[in-house]
Amino acid sequence: MPHNLLNVITLVSVGAHPVTGRARRAEQDARAVELGLRLAGKELQLLHAGDPQVEALRAYLGMGLAEMTVLQQPPRADVVPALGDYLRDAGAQLVLTGSQAEVGEGSGMLPYLLAEQLDWPLVVGLVEVESVTEGVAQVLQALPRGQRRRLQVRLPFVASVDNAAPEARQSAFGPARRGQLRPQDVAVVEDMLLEEARLQPARPRPKRLKVIKAKTGAERMKAATAKASAGGQVLTDMTPEQGAEAIVTLLRDEKVLR
Amino acid sequence: MTDSLRRDPRSEWIARNRLHPLHASMQPLEASWVGLSGLIRKNPHALGFAGPNGLKRIDRSGAQQGGSRQRARVDAAVQLPLHIIEQPAFHIVVVPDMIGGRLSSHDKDLFGLANTLAGSEGAVVAVVFGEHKESAFDTAGIDRLLHISSEAVAGYSPEQRVMMLRAVDAQLAPRHWLIPDSRTGGGELGRRLAAKLGERPATRVWQMADGQCVGRAGGGQQDLVRRAPRLILAAAECADPVGDTRHEVRAIELEDVLVHGAARLDNRGAVAVDPALTPMAEAEFILSGGNGVRDWDLFHQAARELGATEGASRVAVDDGFMPRDRQVGATGTWVTARVYLAVGISGAVQHLQGIATCDKVVAINQDAGCDMVKRADLAVIGDSTAILQALIDRVDALRQGGIRDAA
Ligand SMILES: Cc1cc2nc3c(=O)[nH]c(=O)nc-3n(C[C@H](O)[C@H](O)[C@H](O)COP(=O)(O)OP(=O)(O)OC[C@H]3O[C@@H](n4cnc5c(N)ncnc54)[C@H](O)[C@@H]3O)c2cc1C
Ligand SMILES: Nc1ncnc2c1ncn2[C@@H]1O[C@H](COP(=O)(O)O)[C@@H](O)[C@H]1O
Repeated sequence: MPHNLLNVITLVSVGAHPVTGRARRAEQDARAVELGLRLAGKELQLLHAGDPQVEALRAYLGMGLAEMTVLQQPPRADVVPALGDYLRDAGAQLVLTGSQAEVGEGSGMLPYLLAEQLDWPLVVGLVEVESVTEGVAQVLQALPRGQRRRLQVRLPFVASVDNAAPEARQSAFGPARRGQLRPQDVAVVEDMLLEEARLQPARPRPKRLKVIKAKTGAERMKAATAKASAGGQVLTDMTPEQGAEAIVTLLRDEKVLR
Repeated sequence: MTDSLRRDPRSEWIARNRLHPLHASMQPLEASWVGLSGLIRKNPHALGFAGPNGLKRIDRSGAQQGGSRQRARVDAAVQLPLHIIEQPAFHIVVVPDMIGGRLSSHDKDLFGLANTLAGSEGAVVAVVFGEHKESAFDTAGIDRLLHISSEAVAGYSPEQRVMMLRAVDAQLAPRHWLIPDSRTGGGELGRRLAAKLGERPATRVWQMADGQCVGRAGGGQQDLVRRAPRLILAAAECADPVGDTRHEVRAIELEDVLVHGAARLDNRGAVAVDPALTPMAEAEFILSGGNGVRDWDLFHQAARELGATEGASRVAVDDGFMPRDRQVGATGTWVTARVYLAVGISGAVQHLQGIATCDKVVAINQDAGCDMVKRADLAVIGDSTAILQALIDRVDALRQGGIRDAA
């Protein structure tokens, strides 16, 4: 059910293919666009801060949108102030973002900083907006292990989506060609991080060795086979009911029995 | 037998008298010792005893030690040395995830890192929200424990928790904040705190040394190397957990807590998701059946009743009782469940590999000697059908009771 009156803006960034590194639409941002399309249909607005010449941005337009606003920013700029100012003036009610950019620092801080700057609430891991009534949205949040939590939050708010959100639709070539990237001139704030930090190709992480601090051979042997013989509680000679009781107690202790 | 040593003047006298015929047997024969080069040396002659037919016998079980006159000493449980920080020069604050109320291995890695950062001057502070079940804070390396159990931070309450953490920041002015960069809370809490404090955090940090930290950047193709900021969101295995010291776990209090402003996120509770649809690799609670399951309808019913995701051993899959995508193990899915309930599964290595990262394993099996029972934290020995039936009845009764309680 598209809420056509809802003013939804999705923030998109340029992604990178995980193998080739080619510029493409970012996976999570595309999911955020998908969610936006389900909420606002054609009224969804796209916003990017960066270079309007980047062709990869058109992949978002290919999902069925006519235009995208691009706040012109040089490569090493802090985009948060510009985005924040724009969003406040645009009267956005719901701002959707991905949870982590695929190029650059990718710290996933952007939605948090925006929410802080705008002083709006932030929902992390949005998967579905169930309803919006009288300025209060009821949303589902993704938790690890496929679990979901229901939250109520007052508009306007910022929400980030991650890989649990619905998969993005294909991008069609024609609409992507025809769509408009509308550049806007805004103030630029320099990002100082790369003064002191440097990016380098990822090094493979060292595998953790199992350190055994045993002094004697017997202890080492025990440590090496500990998993197999750690030995928990073994209940023999009891009725099935007693056994079931013990299991249920453990399940309740672990809070998996709902 | 008492533990007190008794003197035996006669044997002492023999031991001193080198001419006595029994002198040699009174010498404490060292079976092994650390040599000059640091290697362990062994004297095979000192081992063993004369068997009934006069041949020398060595009992390798360690129960018998001929020749050696040493009293078997009863080892007390090893007490790790206690690390005390009386007047900390600075604080390193860690906010563990405490999944299921206990320190996760990710949390322990962070405490390991915190302890290297704290050195011998600083104190490692743990901020724990809500109820917990952890009893090993001392060996995890926690010098100070700040336990916040107020009503406001129960359940999912990131905004209130950030308020509390801001008060902690004001009170302790920690040199570093360490928070697990995990999906189970730490990643979110840490970033919220960073935005609130106006700190630029280092995220997905996997290595930290000499004031520099290395974290993954972008989609994982690059590393960001930078001077360690005050707030660090660290990945799992960023450091080794504390292993050989005990810490005080001295309780500290938050001085003035001002939680103002109503929560803007209103938690409406968990949503029931169909466990059958949860991907097995992600499922939290798996009921897995093997060759020892006799009644598969009952098994499916139990899974529904318990709200568990179904899994199976290879034999159950090969025999056609379960679909192929439900196979757990080396050639199936590697699961990460917190609780794995294995019914009639013997625990072949290929299967145990698949459940290596499971937290709690429960086995229902007829054979108390099988490998699954050895791996399990709780094993119930008996017939699978009877126990599954009892389990269903018990949970049913509980649910009924629950409904009555709520009414
Ligand atoms: C290359 C290779 C890869 C493999 N990969 C996998 C894999 O990925 N996953 C996997 O699971 N297996 C795998 N296997 C197979 C594995 O070696 C075992 O054969 C299999 O796991 C055994 O399954 P099971 O425990 O269900 O059956 P069994 O070994 O027959 O065990 C049945 C258990 O049920 C108990 N039992 C019997 N009757 C009852 C009863 N009435 N009540 C209670 N308990 C009862 C028995 O005591 C026994 O412990 C692989 C094998 C090979 C060679
Ligand atoms: N330049 C940008 N313009 C618009 N949105 C962005 C930009 N950079 C990041 N984002 C959004 O912020 C999310 C998190 O980015 P980051 O904090 O850089 O990891 C991304 O998934 C995007 O949705």
